[in-house]
Amino acid sequence: MDHTDESGRNTGGRGFLEPFGKGGVRSWIFSTDHKRIGLLYLSLILLMFAVATVLGLIIKLKLMTPGSTLLSPQQYNAMFTLHGVIMIFLVVIPSIPASFGNIFLPLHIGANDVSFPRLNNFSWWLYVIGALLALTSIFTGDGAPDTGWTFYVPFSERTTTNVSVAVIAVFILGFSSILTGLNFITTVHRLRAPGMTWRKLPLFVWSLYATGWIQVLATPILGITALLIFAERVLLLGLFDSTKGGDPLLYQHLFWIYSHPAVYIMILPAMGVISEIIPVFARKPIFGYNMIAFSSLAIAFAGSLVWAHHMFTSGMSDTAVLVFSFLTFVVAIPSAIKVFNWLSTLYQGSISLDPPLLYALGFIFMFSIGGLTGLVLGAAGTDIHVHDTYFVVAHFHYVIFGGTGLGMFAAMHYWFPKVFGRMYDHGRAAWSFWLILIGMNVLYFPMFIMGMQGMPRRYYDYLPQYAPMQMVSTWGSWFLAAGLILMFWNLYRGSRYGPLATRNPWGGATLEWTLPTPLPHEAFHHDPEAPEPYDYKGVNPDG
Amino acid sequence: MTGTDSDTSASMYTGTGEAHAHAPLSYRFLTAVWVGLMVLTAVTVGVARVDLGYFNVLVALGVASCKALLVIFFFMHLKYENLLIKGMVLTAFVILAIAIGLTFVDIGYRY
Repeated sequence: MDHTDESGRNTGGRGFLEPFGKGGVRSWIFSTDHKRIGLLYLSLILLMFAVATVLGLIIKLKLMTPGSTLLSPQQYNAMFTLHGVIMIFLVVIPSIPASFGNIFLPLHIGANDVSFPRLNNFSWWLYVIGALLALTSIFTGDGAPDTGWTFYVPFSERTTTNVSVAVIAVFILGFSSILTGLNFITTVHRLRAPGMTWRKLPLFVWSLYATGWIQVLATPILGITALLIFAERVLLLGLFDSTKGGDPLLYQHLFWIYSHPAVYIMILPAMGVISEIIPVFARKPIFGYNMIAFSSLAIAFAGSLVWAHHMFTSGMSDTAVLVFSFLTFVVAIPSAIKVFNWLSTLYQGSISLDPPLLYALGFIFMFSIGGLTGLVLGAAGTDIHVHDTYFVVAHFHYVIFGGTGLGMFAAMHYWFPKVFGRMYDHGRAAWSFWLILIGMNVLYFPMFIMGMQGMPRRYYDYLPQYAPMQMVSTWGSWFLAAGLILMFWNLYRGSRYGPLATRNPWGGATLEWTLPTPLPHEAFHHDPEAPEPYDYKGVNPDG
Repeated sequence: MTGTDSDTSASMYTGTGEAHAHAPLSYRFLTAVWVGLMVLTAVTVGVARVDLGYFNVLVALGVASCKALLVIFFFMHLKYENLLIKGMVLTAFVILAIAIGLTFVDIGYRY
């Protein structure tokens, strides 16, 4: 039974947001409903994002002028470490899969939930425990961790700051990620509706499936590596200590065997979001469905073989430098396939420049710059020059903030009406987009130039020659902050007071748009018929 | 709990029954596997006392892999699972082998 009016509104009120049973907080934090768990993740992820963004703004403020200002060197080291740890492990890794993946993966394949709903709730709790431990590490022990988010030995073994608690937090957060990945893989294999063949899966599902494999296969290595750091600190084993027969480079290998694939955990789901949005707003079937789906798997596989390009200057063998440099160039191919396919989808499309598409186009622009500068870093020769400089920082923020961040914002604007049942203000959304895009470029582009000129990353102070560009970069951070505040305010206002949204405001052809708005507690009473996800014949935006 | 859970659980278990429909393994057989694991552990310890140079690592990894196979195939029942599950486990091990192999591209050629 479909409790909707003629516009597709859920006549049951606020759908899955409506209190049920005894209601209250318990009906949320112990919920096994994938939609509620997705929203729980989303709210905590955004909270953590706010915390780490403030840390980033303070770092940029400190760097605005040379000299010892605002922060002590020790505070500065702790700030960039926490900015990195929170952003990576608490925001970007879970970002899209844990929030929108949880909400929409089952709906996309015609299922009422993930395969293991209780495990799903448990993985959220692991996330909460990990987050609390990570925050605890700041305020307890002998000071906040100051190693950088990479926890490189030998410093991480010897520093007296609270590294032990932080690595245990990372260990627990890793399990949260593994369980989510495991849940998604099983769900895609076992809960597809009849007729939902692999070639009818929305590309968002393909991207989450590929991501799930990386989460399951690579994250345990991070877990073990975090435990080894802990063991080194507590038991003084000497695994990474060359004076005891250990090897410091072994740590770097272990860390990057996870942490490079991890950037694909971060970017692949965002690519899935973009693959959903572009065809809807171009009113054209996606160009090269098979190749986009295949390239997700290819990125997941090839991306697992390139980790040592982070170590070209570390003293590892020249043979390894050659092999990993080559493999890095290989992984650029499937990434480029996606970009070309999105552009081909837009070509001669009937484009409506609504906020989700704006953010998606921002993704393509920023990701292309980030991706191409990645090749500068992947080429062993040029990497020697720019290794550990601001160039790396700029590249990473273009890919992860410009890519995953804008992908996440695109997803928020795309699925917002379906989740909250209301619509935000489109004008303000466009303004916030431009502020964010300009802010990001003013903030990060000068870092490319400073990096080429030799400004090392993570330095507390700098030579006067970098002062003008550091100043510009800090101005950029203010634009960015203004854009973010406007965007979140607009979304919050929309969720409370925005006009009521209809069933299919954008004209999407995937299954979630056939459901009432906002989403009901139980999505499908009968197995739905699997649609062609990118066939817009007869599918029009409401109104 | 939502109304969805019961539906999900019902469909979750549909069709998986046949995958576990093998006869339980006998204590005798499981004990034999356990003895095998103990013997292989002794081999690891023994070989570690002999200097084989570079091959020490290879032997240790080889023996460890055999032990892992015994555990996975018999204690964890992989032998009686369908091809999809076997394929997934194989994928995990291939990736692990590649990760270890590529690490040796560094360590094997470092000096």
